[in-house]
Amino acid sequence: MIHPIPSGTRDVLPDETREVRAITDALRGVFERHGYGEVYTPALEYESVLARADMAEAKPAYRVFDESGAALVLRSDMTVPIARVVATRYPTEEPPLRFCYLAHCYRGVRPQRGQPRELLQAGIELIGASAPQGTAEALGVLCAALDTVGLEGYRIGLGDASLFPSLMAGVGVPEQARPRLLEALADRDFVGLDEELSQLDLAEADRELLLSVPQRRGGPELLEAAEGVVADAVANMREVHQLLEPDVAERVIFDLGLVRSIGYYTGAVFEVYDPALGTPIGGGGRYDELLGRFGRPLPAVGFALGVDRLHIALMGEERGTGVSL
Amino acid sequence: MAATPSGTAKGSSAAAKSSSGATDGLTIAVPRGALFGETVDLLSGLGLDTSELRSNDRKLLFEDIGVITMRPSDVPTYVESGAADIGITGKDVLLEQAAARGEGGREVYELLDLGYGRCTMVLASKAGPDPAAEALRRLGVMRVATKYPRIAERHLEETGRQAEIVEVKGSVELAPLTGMVEAIVDLTATGTTLREHDLIVREEIVECTARLIANPVSHKLRAREIDKLLERLRAA
Repeated sequence: MIHPIPSGTRDVLPDETREVRAITDALRGVFERHGYGEVYTPALEYESVLARADMAEAKPAYRVFDESGAALVLRSDMTVPIARVVATRYPTEEPPLRFCYLAHCYRGVRPQRGQPRELLQAGIELIGASAPQGTAEALGVLCAALDTVGLEGYRIGLGDASLFPSLMAGVGVPEQARPRLLEALADRDFVGLDEELSQLDLAEADRELLLSVPQRRGGPELLEAAEGVVADAVANMREVHQLLEPDVAERVIFDLGLVRSIGYYTGAVFEVYDPALGTPIGGGGRYDELLGRFGRPLPAVGFALGVDRLHIALMGEERGTGVSL
Repeated sequence: MAATPSGTAKGSSAAAKSSSGATDGLTIAVPRGALFGETVDLLSGLGLDTSELRSNDRKLLFEDIGVITMRPSDVPTYVESGAADIGITGKDVLLEQAAARGEGGREVYELLDLGYGRCTMVLASKAGPDPAAEALRRLGVMRVATKYPRIAERHLEETGRQAEIVEVKGSVELAPLTGMVEAIVDLTATGTTLREHDLIVREEIVECTARLIANPVSHKLRAREIDKLLERLRAA
């Protein structure tokens, strides 16, 4: 008899499990060696609790009601639950706090796009270590994890969520016009951004700046060449870069227009790319405001890797040094 | 620098590895149909040898020049997945596939308005007293046939009208002629087809041209090649 399972879900059978276990065991080893303690949190949480975070496009998508009518949701990431844990279970513990996880998260899907509803994520949260040191540490752990797992061709796109807002303020874009510009950038629509800019009362040079700066990608020379308001806007990225070990720094591609679709990033944002995959393998960033919403204001930075995506990328590279697949 | 496999297999089929210097080995998704001719001219202008592309209209994969061809509405699919680094398609396709904010549209970069393939998305109905206006006034709702249900729905919602959107796959003009609907939302270039079927434009919704799109990962990993291409396209 054939028994269906919901679209976007999968059974993982022994051959695949064996390969995935090799990956997750390697990741666990790296995280532990760097001093990160593994946590588990409930898959079901109160909607009202998780809603303290601004999840933008990654809001929890599956809701159930418990016996007393309270709305529960399936978690869509681990960063917000861990923020809750820190505020609740570590209210006075001396920072920094280091947590890691291997957990399933649940996202809504669009039909016929082959998206999974249930994703296995591996990641870390470094709580209470501010920029740039904390960011540099997170990037170091990220590279150690990917190296240990055996991914060879990966690169890390590094940007800053405050960069474009800083530019807009720097050239004096009126407040009410800023959300539209940010939306065009978030949509990756540079034609739309151009159109929006042409409708604003700005000097031609400023318009050109706002259109061209977010399209700059490349090496550290990008940061050196920055002048004026751009130099201010990239100052944070420069500070992080200076702290990176050479083998981490050489993986970085600076992307001045990088935008991530989760709403709580306040500073550095980064994504992991591999030539074998057309979408990012994972990503993360700095979120200095989130913990405050749960009652224990602390800066924080972290990342999450899609284990499935990592597996696909590894197969695509057809290498497996360090992890035998 | 960390060695990256070049022109790697994304998905299960081998990407077209281009030996052409003109596009630095980028894989380009080219739309068949109305945009094909001018797109091929564009590629010729960049230095690609387009002779086989022009002559063989059944072939889909042109390895030597790094070109794959498909229907325009499939271009974003191939570019989003990474099977193509960049692609060309109409703004109408991008608008239709871009869902309302929050759902997330195709995850591609829209880099440049290429300027050709200019068409207008319009709301049209039979000539004479507007049947759609009458249906709206007396029945509270107008029925609209279209190949672009999302664009149609968004436009009518934004302009405060209740509408029943009927999705058809082609020959949209038939729908109002048979009384199935009162109006259509469709793309028009010269207006000839509308005129031939005694339909007139009631409203212009948006102007659409050919756009250059890029895969988000290729946008970073092939930044130099893509920026070089953009510079040459802007100069042209």
